[in-house]
Amino acid sequence: MKHDIYSTEGLYRIIEKEELSPTVSRHVIYAPLIAAKAKAGHFVILRAREGGERIPVTLVDWNPERGTVTVIIQAIGKSTTEMNAFKAGESFSDVAGPLGTPVEIKKYGTVLGVGGGVGIAELYPIARAFKEAGNRVISVLGARSKDLLILEKEMAGISERVLVTTDDGSAGKKGLVTDAMKDLYAAGEKIDAIFTIGPVIMMKFVAETSRPHATPTFASLNPIMLDGTGMCGGCRVEVGGKPRFACVDGPMFDAHQTNFDLLLKRTAAYRENEAQALARYAKDHQCRIGLH
Amino acid sequence: MENKPKKPTPAIKQNLGRHQDPAERRNNFDEVALGFGLEEAVTEAARCLGCKSKPCELACPVNVKIPEFVDLVYKEDIGAAASKIFETSLFPAICGRVCPQETYCEAACVLKDKFGPVSIGRLERFTADHARRNGLITPPPCAPDTGFKVACVGSGPTSLAVAAELRKLGHAVTVFEALHEFGGVLSYGIPTFRLPREVVRFEVATLKKMGVRFLKNVMIGKSITIEELKKDFDIIYIGSGAGLPSPMNTPGEDLVGVYSSNEFLTRVNLMEAYKFPVTDTPYYIGRKVVVVGGGNTAMDSARCAQRLGPDGVTLLYRRTRAEMPARGEEVENAMEEGIKFEFLTAPVALEGDEKGRLKRVKCVRMALGEPDASGRRKPVPQKGSEFYIEADSLVVAIGASPNPVIQQTTPGLNANKWGGIIVEEATAKTSLDGIYAGGDVVRGGATVLLAMKDGKNAAREIHRKLTGN
Repeated sequence: MKHDIYSTEGLYRIIEKEELSPTVSRHVIYAPLIAAKAKAGHFVILRAREGGERIPVTLVDWNPERGTVTVIIQAIGKSTTEMNAFKAGESFSDVAGPLGTPVEIKKYGTVLGVGGGVGIAELYPIARAFKEAGNRVISVLGARSKDLLILEKEMAGISERVLVTTDDGSAGKKGLVTDAMKDLYAAGEKIDAIFTIGPVIMMKFVAETSRPHATPTFASLNPIMLDGTGMCGGCRVEVGGKPRFACVDGPMFDAHQTNFDLLLKRTAAYRENEAQALARYAKDHQCRIGLH
Repeated sequence: MENKPKKPTPAIKQNLGRHQDPAERRNNFDEVALGFGLEEAVTEAARCLGCKSKPCELACPVNVKIPEFVDLVYKEDIGAAASKIFETSLFPAICGRVCPQETYCEAACVLKDKFGPVSIGRLERFTADHARRNGLITPPPCAPDTGFKVACVGSGPTSLAVAAELRKLGHAVTVFEALHEFGGVLSYGIPTFRLPREVVRFEVATLKKMGVRFLKNVMIGKSITIEELKKDFDIIYIGSGAGLPSPMNTPGEDLVGVYSSNEFLTRVNLMEAYKFPVTDTPYYIGRKVVVVGGGNTAMDSARCAQRLGPDGVTLLYRRTRAEMPARGEEVENAMEEGIKFEFLTAPVALEGDEKGRLKRVKCVRMALGEPDASGRRKPVPQKGSEFYIEADSLVVAIGASPNPVIQQTTPGLNANKWGGIIVEEATAKTSLDGIYAGGDVVRGGATVLLAMKDGKNAAREIHRKLTGN
């Protein structure tokens, strides 16, 4: 079916919704312009409703035929909790994009994908694109525990090998993604490039693990973002000693050049506000249930 | 109106309109200027001499038919006054608020030196508001469809002007906006206490009624390129604005609590962070706020910060009040609201705590030296004058440059070294066929009125290109 990408009819409606874990949901959203233009590494900015926050999320999948895009959202704060409470048939008030600079897909040889938590979902389309470009893909997937491990099957479908690590050992090997990386290096595996998406602290140590081997390593940075269009500079990160805007220059940057410590400090800017908003939402939510 | 003054009565004192009391307004985001009621408007309109030479109209960037509309206000036919303004300008409620009339029409008023000019800006605002609130505004008629399709990039003042003019001429116009709200700088930048959101929304709604299509959440240059857009539209007008913040390049600028004015104003205005946690976007200002800069954006930032209730807001400007680029009225408003001004002062370093949060600003005193390239006397740092100001947050409001994304992603589109799109001045044509540009993406940070003027001029050229007329 040919979709009019300039039509506003039915925009941002949730076509399918699936709970992947108690806190992680997959949303398939009608947004034909985004579906037609998306490339691996692009992100969108979601808003649940009027007055809602702008939440950036990397695209997991897109289907120009259906006019849909897929995102996977982890409920962390108020806005993401509210989004995951949506049911199929409801609509986001806004989905902006595609935004950012797509990942440059080329033939490296062997590409290692390192995903942590919900970052695995965002790693998937990138790993898939490298596979389609003729690379051999190896994946290292990390999660806190088995029930938080997502997209293992999909990643296995495009990877020659998948190594799983969990904090508690409930799936794969007990340990960190960097342990699995060290095992690969120790086994003499030749890795030509690494792409990593996950918590900042994880990406920092992925970069430290690959640095002695001088493997080109790229991390998808997730600073606090506001407009996502290069206007505010709130998402500025330091790469190679220079300020870069994650929203338009990234989000994928050379991990060995990235100042992760600065990123860690800047992502903590609104922690108190975030806790306040979530507590207020939870209280409100309980009260409403109490009235029924 | 009873006891109506018999026109002209130039010697009646100029009425500057009512304002919210400073002690009150520093605690809310409601509009500061309360404007005129009908009687005040008629009395002020009676002052106009109705000069045949129309110096005010000639000084207006969009040539509003000032003596004629002011006379209609005097005659209490406000609907007709609004229609008269619409003949050349579709956005009087916006212009009446944000145009620096004191440098255009009111500067040209022959009454200026002797009695004070006619308050043309306030009359324009009154006319637009009164007409809007009383349902006296009818969208202008549009010519039959021509079949030509025009895309406007951005929904700020320059694109709105292009859209209005071309739609009237019968062309199909689509306006693309990257954010979720239309209006560009009118929505993300200018605070509601200067330009209420409902005013911008009404103007957009009027254009929609005329048949202009508005698409939000599409960032031209990223979501879809100019080259791709060109396949679906006959003409593209780029009005993407000057949205790139200029950093100070001062050590410590990455500390938490240091904002660009764009981020701070976008949080507070567009995202309505001042209502947090009722709205979802937070802000962090702490107890002590410093704002750096001397333009309207610096005033807006300082006044927004003041309304969030900190212990104090201090504005640093490296020259003196005389050199400030901000409108005099805005500087006065800011002073009345309790903003502390430190003139001849510049930050040299920002210092933070172990968590990476701003704690204090190291400043230096300046003295004015020889005039620089801009003709203003250059500020020179005074040795040994360093001192510290405690600060939890700091807003950098020292200017913005053209949004660079479209220039970077459109091969063959020529830009100057400041990133501005190069156009042929008389025609708004860029280096690419069928692609025009105007407003701040060409000029750098200028004014709403010049952006609208660019839009009107470009619309005339685009129409000529499409139809040969």
